[in-house]
Amino acid sequence: MSASMPTEERYAVLDAPPRRLSATLLRWEVILVILLALTIVINAIVSPYFLDVYNLADATSNFSEKAIIALAMALLILVRDIDLSVAAIIALAAMAIGYAADAGFGAPVLFAVGIGVGLLCGLFNGFLVTYIRLPSIVVTIGTMSLFRGLTQVVLGDQALTHYPQGFLSLGQNYFIPYVQSGVPWLFIPPVPLSFLIFLILAAIFGIVLHRTAVGRQLFAIGSNPVAARFSGVPVDRLRFILFAVSGMLSGLAAALLAARLGSMRSNIAFGWELDIVTMVILGGVSIAGGIGSIIGVFLAVLVLGLVTFGMSLNNIPGQVVSVYTGALLIAVIAIPRIFERIRPGGG
Amino acid sequence: MSAALKSREFLLAVALAVAVAVIGLYQPVFVEWENLSDMLTETSVLFMLALAQMVVILTRGIDLSVAANLALSGFLAALVSQYYPGVPLILMILVGVLSGLVLGMLNGVLVAALGIPSIVVTLGTLAVYRGMIIIIAGGDQVNASEMGVSFQAFPKDSFLGLTTPIWITIVVSVIFWVFLSFTRTGRGFYAVGGNPVAARYCGIDQGKQEFLAYSISGAVSGLCGYLWVARYGVAYSEIANGYELTVIAACVIGGVSIGGGVGTVPGALLGALFLGIVNTALPVLQITPFWQMAISGAVILAAVVINARAERRPDKLILPEARRLGRQRS
Repeated sequence: MSASMPTEERYAVLDAPPRRLSATLLRWEVILVILLALTIVINAIVSPYFLDVYNLADATSNFSEKAIIALAMALLILVRDIDLSVAAIIALAAMAIGYAADAGFGAPVLFAVGIGVGLLCGLFNGFLVTYIRLPSIVVTIGTMSLFRGLTQVVLGDQALTHYPQGFLSLGQNYFIPYVQSGVPWLFIPPVPLSFLIFLILAAIFGIVLHRTAVGRQLFAIGSNPVAARFSGVPVDRLRFILFAVSGMLSGLAAALLAARLGSMRSNIAFGWELDIVTMVILGGVSIAGGIGSIIGVFLAVLVLGLVTFGMSLNNIPGQVVSVYTGALLIAVIAIPRIFERIRPGGG
Repeated sequence: MSAALKSREFLLAVALAVAVAVIGLYQPVFVEWENLSDMLTETSVLFMLALAQMVVILTRGIDLSVAANLALSGFLAALVSQYYPGVPLILMILVGVLSGLVLGMLNGVLVAALGIPSIVVTLGTLAVYRGMIIIIAGGDQVNASEMGVSFQAFPKDSFLGLTTPIWITIVVSVIFWVFLSFTRTGRGFYAVGGNPVAARYCGIDQGKQEFLAYSISGAVSGLCGYLWVARYGVAYSEIANGYELTVIAACVIGGVSIGGGVGTVPGALLGALFLGIVNTALPVLQITPFWQMAISGAVILAAVVINARAERRPDKLILPEARRLGRQRS
């Protein structure tokens, strides 16, 4: 009887598990969409000011600078690295921008200075991580102190506050103005420059990660760096580039932040590195590497940004907001795992 | 003997002795007992937190919530002192230690039982613990005038010429040294971090070790929370903000490998001492405090580069005897 059994069946290799409805529903992006919808609905009920287009536009400028860096951080975490020095790079780059502004340069040069200083910092991180082969978490804790410390040494407790008007208006005015068409639901919302840049960068990062060979190589590095190296993936060159990109985007964020605030001190963007890592992890990028999507990070940025904005509309202090953020971070990661444990035969 | 002379701890100790001697030549006040005692008292919290963090890092984890835990536990202890001034001091300290322990156990459950990466868990609990202070206090802080007299006097007392925080540090360090060097559970941390698969085959429960590591880290943070709050006479949500990274830096300078499985009690203590000296020497040398962060950043990077060289040698051994036996055989 056993001899009559079809033999091919035994050797069939299924390259993907059968689709389950629960698996689709528990997909990270779906959870995030639900969270986003909940956030919007609850905020709209609690505060009548939440859905105002101008308010929403202002809300985006509050999180866009972090969100821009989160895109680079997502790729770094995807390949099992991390950059904790991003906020310190903002400080150093913003200082350089401040001095360049004092010297009388205009907006394009100021942006170039910010991105250039950020790039140098990123190259330094990348050099230590890929050439000297040091763990990125330790390197960037060190460079975090170093970059922030250099800013403190140079700046002391003074602030840089003299920026050209053209530069300030980039950060403080809406880049795309509000355009009404006469039909209530048909309009172009006001968009700050930082949010527009975030949207464009998110599209570019999404295409590179999910539609190009380089993107597949990043996933390969994150899943198994050794196997990736043996498969001919230029592991160290890609990681080096990612640190450089992370530095450049931090420099860009520094320019946007300086333009929005119109002043900088050495404690600018203090503690942002943890917020940015939170955005990325909430976006479903696995800290163990190899798993993640730009759409997930994009949704997580919106969820966190709107939660923060909604709570601040209701005068809830920042640190209470962070309780919610922290709990949200742990909960969304813990809940699927608990489900796995209790599902019979799962886990 | 030559191995002992080449060990990182020895080199670090020599470097520190030279640094102190040079600073002492320029500013003799620095090496006066009064100043050194102040420095050790000031650094005592960092000593203990570095030891606790080392245990977590040994298991390949990281605890970013230590400073937030310190702030919350210290705040709870201060609240007890404010509202129940009649409670004996030991109970107030216990409130700090036990609340720290509970918070640490929460991290432990999330990491060990649910298998969530430690950096994610402690990043989350960092935010939660700090925010809890605002929620509990409604934005208020506890000031020196509201805390009990004995509550604040204890960290300033001294016994045989050493202040109580120094004594506590000594006792805690000895406990850690004995525990990590001579007990089965203590060696288990090295085993789990050095080679998790081998540790499992040896019957060492990784989850139990991890849970214990975070619990220890929490309890020590709670104790330090009391010391911090009582010494500086104020408890609010921002205290020790960002201190978790200083603690990790102390471990890294002391040769604790972030990859797990490598680290010693003297190493962690020396790493903390290094940062303690940097912090106290700068004002004495009349360098502005703004240099402090830049210098510690440069020192951390230098230490990591040196550590990376050391780690290429395959000496991740769990049992010290194995190393001795190996040396005899070769």
